Amino acid sequence: METARTDERTKLREIIARYHGEKSSLIAILQDIQEAYNYLPVAILKMVGQEMDIPLMRVYEVATFYNAFSLTPRGKNVVEVCAGTACHVKGAINLLENLERELEIKCGETTKDETFTLEQVRCLGCCSLAPVVRIDGNIHAYLTQQQIPDILRNYRK
Amino acid sequence: MSKINTLEDLNKAGKRGLATLIPSGTKIMVGMATSGIASGAQDVYHALDREIRERRLDIILSRTGSMGMDCMEPLVDVLEPGKPRLAYGKITAKKAPTLLEQIAKGTIETIKPFYRMDEEESIILGKSKRYGDGSVPAYLKEIPTIKEIPFYAKQVKIATRNCGLIDPESIDEYIAKGGYSGLYKAITGMKPEAIIKEVIASGLRGRGGGGFPAGIKWKTCREAKGDVKYVICNGDEGDPGAYMDRSVMEGDPHSVIEGMIIGAFAIGSHDGYIYVRNEYPLAVANLGKAIEKAREYGLLGKNIFNSGFDFDIRISKGAGAFVCGESTALMASLEGAAGEPRAKYIHTVEHGLWNRPSNLNNVETWANVPAILTRGGKWFAGIGAQNSTGTKVFSVVGKINNIGLVEVPMGTPLKDIVYDIGGGVPHGRKFKAVQTGGPSGGCIPEKLIDLRVDFDELWKAGSMMGSGGMIVMDDRTCMVDIARYFIEFLESESCGKCIPCREGVRRMRDILEDICAGKGQAGDVELLETMSQAIIDGSLCALGGSAPNPVLSTIRYFRDEYDAHIKEGRCPAGVCKALIKYSVDSETCTGCGMCVKVCPTGAARGEKKQPHVIDEATCTRCGACLESCKFDAINVK
Amino acid sequence: MAKCIIDGKKITAPDGTPILQAARDNGIDIPTLCSHESIEPSGACRLCVVEIKKGKRSKIVTSCLYQVEDGLEVDTKSERVMNVRRLVLALLLARNPASEVIREIAVKMGVNPQPRFKLDEDKGKCILCRLCVRTCADIVGVNAIGLSHRGPSKTVGPPFDEDSSACIGCGACAYVCPTGHILMEEKVDERKIWGRRFKMKACDTCGRYFAPLDQLEFISKKTGVSVADLSICTSCR
Repeated sequence: METARTDERTKLREIIARYHGEKSSLIAILQDIQEAYNYLPVAILKMVGQEMDIPLMRVYEVATFYNAFSLTPRGKNVVEVCAGTACHVKGAINLLENLERELEIKCGETTKDETFTLEQVRCLGCCSLAPVVRIDGNIHAYLTQQQIPDILRNYRK
Repeated sequence: MSKINTLEDLNKAGKRGLATLIPSGTKIMVGMATSGIASGAQDVYHALDREIRERRLDIILSRTGSMGMDCMEPLVDVLEPGKPRLAYGKITAKKAPTLLEQIAKGTIETIKPFYRMDEEESIILGKSKRYGDGSVPAYLKEIPTIKEIPFYAKQVKIATRNCGLIDPESIDEYIAKGGYSGLYKAITGMKPEAIIKEVIASGLRGRGGGGFPAGIKWKTCREAKGDVKYVICNGDEGDPGAYMDRSVMEGDPHSVIEGMIIGAFAIGSHDGYIYVRNEYPLAVANLGKAIEKAREYGLLGKNIFNSGFDFDIRISKGAGAFVCGESTALMASLEGAAGEPRAKYIHTVEHGLWNRPSNLNNVETWANVPAILTRGGKWFAGIGAQNSTGTKVFSVVGKINNIGLVEVPMGTPLKDIVYDIGGGVPHGRKFKAVQTGGPSGGCIPEKLIDLRVDFDELWKAGSMMGSGGMIVMDDRTCMVDIARYFIEFLESESCGKCIPCREGVRRMRDILEDICAGKGQAGDVELLETMSQAIIDGSLCALGGSAPNPVLSTIRYFRDEYDAHIKEGRCPAGVCKALIKYSVDSETCTGCGMCVKVCPTGAARGEKKQPHVIDEATCTRCGACLESCKFDAINVK
Repeated sequence: MAKCIIDGKKITAPDGTPILQAARDNGIDIPTLCSHESIEPSGACRLCVVEIKKGKRSKIVTSCLYQVEDGLEVDTKSERVMNVRRLVLALLLARNPASEVIREIAVKMGVNPQPRFKLDEDKGKCILCRLCVRTCADIVGVNAIGLSHRGPSKTVGPPFDEDSSACIGCGACAYVCPTGHILMEEKVDERKIWGRRFKMKACDTCGRYFAPLDQLEFISKKTGVSVADLSICTSCR
């Protein structure tokens, strides 16, 4: 347990060092932590405060203000339904509701087996392909409800 | 790589660039901006690469950004020595071998290019270079030139001049197109005041939404007290449906960097920041590589062009907050804090980032600067409209045939953009409105289709330029739902600092949700109007101050739709689920059973080969049957 | 010195004075919820908005932040101003139905609850004026509480809604709270705030429990004065 914590601290120090410990790089540091852990673990955030000499409250403010940060573990596959205007007028809401039914979770939640996290994203800028859903960074274009079960099956493998 | 210190060095790099831009051998270019990759450009590139290697072909394969015509992606351009450049649309990995065979044979039999380019234009150099000797082989005469394609015919590209034409990772190709010559001219031959004068003369207004004259901003920042000043590029393009800045950052990052160096020299700044939206990883990557290259060449760093002037740029990634497009919130975010705006009674050009004078312009604005420097402010002012000079990039998306990015002179009639460039509304439906300006903008109705699009005309029509998103809507788009959509967007993107925005927008959303759910009450529209005025007047920043715009503009032009929802319990566009019914047209239904298969609740039923029915009580109006029916037999009313 | 007109009254005020201050110094009342004389203004509540005129152009500004200028004409009660204040109060009546302070101001200004706004049940009396947060950060200097999340979900509290380890139990946040949202329970030798209990220190002279031990230790650390030397209450000093 103790060594695990020491390892975590070493890992965090490496991340902080990338930004020369600059307090103004807090957002970038949190992004790197999320990249490493897939979310922002509370224990690590507390370490950030200590290591960077920033009040924990400031760290918490930033971590909860920005959409990109998640304080809860996310699934192996992040499913992002584009909620841009072009996708909206082409029925993105129906895709979202379909995914909620298929995955049996609400938007923002993670499936019990931690395979999928369902999220909405503000415009991916692929408006010519609307409506789109991004799964693990792969864009699924002109998506219809009919295609959803097959697509999810591929990610379940 | 040796540093560029003199004009001779710059010209040498340009020659190197020209050798890869228009090589002596055959070259294939794949459009690899985000939208291209999303349509499968990566697979196409790999397939071509594999084939070229396996067949040991003497072909150069290269990546470019986006030419803007997203609806034709993946786009592959082929340039053979002595021939016009040919553009092939919707190329798949499977088509790669055929395309290569066709090139070897010198035909266009199997896959037809959709346009040809006889010459390569450089707006910076003010001249075009013909490919080969300029003659067009007989078999290519039937292919229209790019200027004959309606999508491109009315476009004038300044900000997106190089997108889709050069390899964004090649600084030499950028230089070959006249890049960094504006910087050379500014740094070695002009006084900062003269540069600012030139930018003021150009009439360039900020492309990020507000439309503030860029030159005046620079002047105020230059004259502001303080030794340390910052130059910031706002790449936090947050308007849904707008992605022009992404395209520039991905496809031509040096245009932004060069613009910023010129601006920094004029203002007297040595530190620059580019704040890029979190959702744009490719833009971050390409900008990062471009900055590295510029440093290698000495165009960033110490003593640029031996002038004694130092300047460098850092990239900061956003973390998903629309409000960070607001300048004071963006600066708070750059400082590492939550992106909360502050009242701008003291301007950021005087007290901005770390309380120091800071000049912020957006990506498109900066990208215009090198062109203004090389061609002159007067030239730029001669393009576009009286008080809105130059061009503007728009993302024409939604219910429109030719979806993509277009750059047109300011003042171009909306009609030209929707019908000539955009090719009109698909599926024979009726054009209803164009939404401009993102969540801060409004809807321009069909009756104003002749409107000349510029900062002031859009404002008069109750909308705004914003960053240039144009979402086209047809008769199947509900305007109350659109108002609800934007208000819901802004509610979740409000920083929560001031009461009118945090609480007021939320209450407006409640009321709009009620109207969409058939629970609207008499007086709701009037209440929304009164609230809107108070929120516009009372909010701390521009997000709240413009939040009611989508509601006000839809009430102004589509009051009848609000009334239909509230008084008749009807959604004329057939969108609001509580107010619509799905049914099967028994005449056109073939009884194929597809709707039965996709219906999640078992509401669609019927015997094989007999007309089906939809049970109203169990139907959830999810639309699955509608999108799966091949015979258009599902009615929504 | 700047010469301006507020509600028709000619006023002279030193440069840099916010309109709010200048108006109050001249007996003109402007309602506020998030302003406090010892804390930097933040312009969050928007109740203090006024309409200003410079030449032909008029606009709405927050009087706690906007400073007096020569030739400025200020109307503190114009119809546009009142429309903003009415909405702000109607919104707060719906957000904080339990708040007596909000109800009183609303009654005074003749603002009735808006029946189209459903009443919130989960916000208590907190109007997010941030006086507590700014006091904790700028005056006390411990940053024990702050604002988390954003938009309508914005809340005040310690990090992770639990970790108040930075808190010294000074109670300044409860003292400055305009609506009485922040609860501080006091028993003889114990104080409870933000879910944490604080041992109180008894005065060495009179024996009265006068301050949390944590607070004395904090002051000691900051000033270098020993806790023993701080162990006498203000009345006995």
